[in-house]
Amino acid sequence: MTPQELLVSAIKDGTVIDHITAGRALKIIRVLRLPDHKKVVTVGLNLPSRAMGHKDLIKVEGRELTPEEANEVALLAPEASINIIKNYKVTKKFKVQIPQTIERVVVCPNPKCITNFERMTTLFSVKRYGTVIKLSCKYCEKIFEQEEIKDYNL
Amino acid sequence: MLTFKNRDILSIKEFTKEEILHVLKVASALKKKPQPKLLDGYVLGSCFFEPSTRTRLSFETAMQRLGGKVIGFADPNVTSTKKGETLYDSIKIISQYADVIAMRHPLEGAARRAAEASEKPIINGGDGANQHPSQTFLDLLSIQETQKKLENLSIAFVGDLKYGRTVHSLAQALCHFNSRVYCVAPEMLQMPEYILDEFKLSRIKFSLHSELEPILPKVDILYMTRIQAERFGDPAEYEKVKNAYVLTAAMLKGVKSNLKILHPLPRVNEVAPDVDATPYAYYFQEAENGLYVREALFGLVLGKF
Ligand SMILES: [Zn+2]
Repeated sequence: MTPQELLVSAIKDGTVIDHITAGRALKIIRVLRLPDHKKVVTVGLNLPSRAMGHKDLIKVEGRELTPEEANEVALLAPEASINIIKNYKVTKKFKVQIPQTIERVVVCPNPKCITNFERMTTLFSVKRYGTVIKLSCKYCEKIFEQEEIKDYNL
Repeated sequence: MLTFKNRDILSIKEFTKEEILHVLKVASALKKKPQPKLLDGYVLGSCFFEPSTRTRLSFETAMQRLGGKVIGFADPNVTSTKKGETLYDSIKIISQYADVIAMRHPLEGAARRAAEASEKPIINGGDGANQHPSQTFLDLLSIQETQKKLENLSIAFVGDLKYGRTVHSLAQALCHFNSRVYCVAPEMLQMPEYILDEFKLSRIKFSLHSELEPILPKVDILYMTRIQAERFGDPAEYEKVKNAYVLTAAMLKGVKSNLKILHPLPRVNEVAPDVDATPYAYYFQEAENGLYVREALFGLVLGKF
């Protein structure tokens, strides 16, 4: 068995997050709080991909991602696809979608933003410029590119 | 029907053109005819989490000239913020005492956060580098009263256009009025990309310049700003540009007769004192207009207009 076969080998019940922008899997694992998941989580980094060159992949045994969670993934990996697995079969497969607003998850990168000083929920609106996604903070009104977002509320 | 009653005044971006014109109309009316009893019985909460004597006095005087009273603080050290109280809690309490709150805070987005805590309207008197809408209204009022219109004017922004909060807000407001905008600044302090994007979206004609003198004969309004030494990592860089945009009376030969010079104040040396005596100087009247604009905002959010 090659390492790649190992990674894509079937799980019984759970979720496979595929086509993750290379380098983003570890952030997604944090955002989805997968280290606290009591069952097996398998991560593949920099796997060769025909469409993307390189991609990351996450398999989560025994957990079906909710649509909200899938949207959180979209923020980090807009190309990702979600496969829901039941009894070794893909029962649902869909592309993630960027939500119009993002509540709580994103930490505002502006060090002078009030949200970094009060116990409060952040809120960003999502603006698309072609393939570029920008987030606008409701409070400090600054606009950020995805790359500038470094921290997530877990 | 425009309604301002109970509305928070947080960001100039939230105002339509009609709303902006309405605020200016009310402010001009109050300038012509004072209304010393209009807000009799009302209380302003004046909350300055960051000191700013000029802005605070302007808000407090506005309330008193309309017959209202003022409570508040001018210095964050006297509040329980020092003891770790959240802004949310502080405002929640003060909003039980006051009918309207004017606030300044060093953090960006603080006024919007305060508005979530308060059932009374919040007027943002500056939240960090973010917004200061009453300043923009007074800039617009000064432009309107000196030019008799807001549409189709040529305006030069000069100095620190990158960090200047008043510049950004006024630039955003001008997108409603088909202005021709000249951005005059050292390259490293030029107008940020997101403002230029807004110009493009609103089909505002603009151009970027590093020299001031060739622009002077072209404009109706010259909006001067201060270049702050602390913006420069390298003091030598600051030395290079600090005198590049010093306006003197001698430079004003050949300007349009209707030219007016605005400045959000305080000035350092970018407008020489000999400019004050020219017919083009308008920065002191501009500061006075802050009073009428703030009176208008109080009257509007308290449902009097
Ligand atoms: Zn923010």
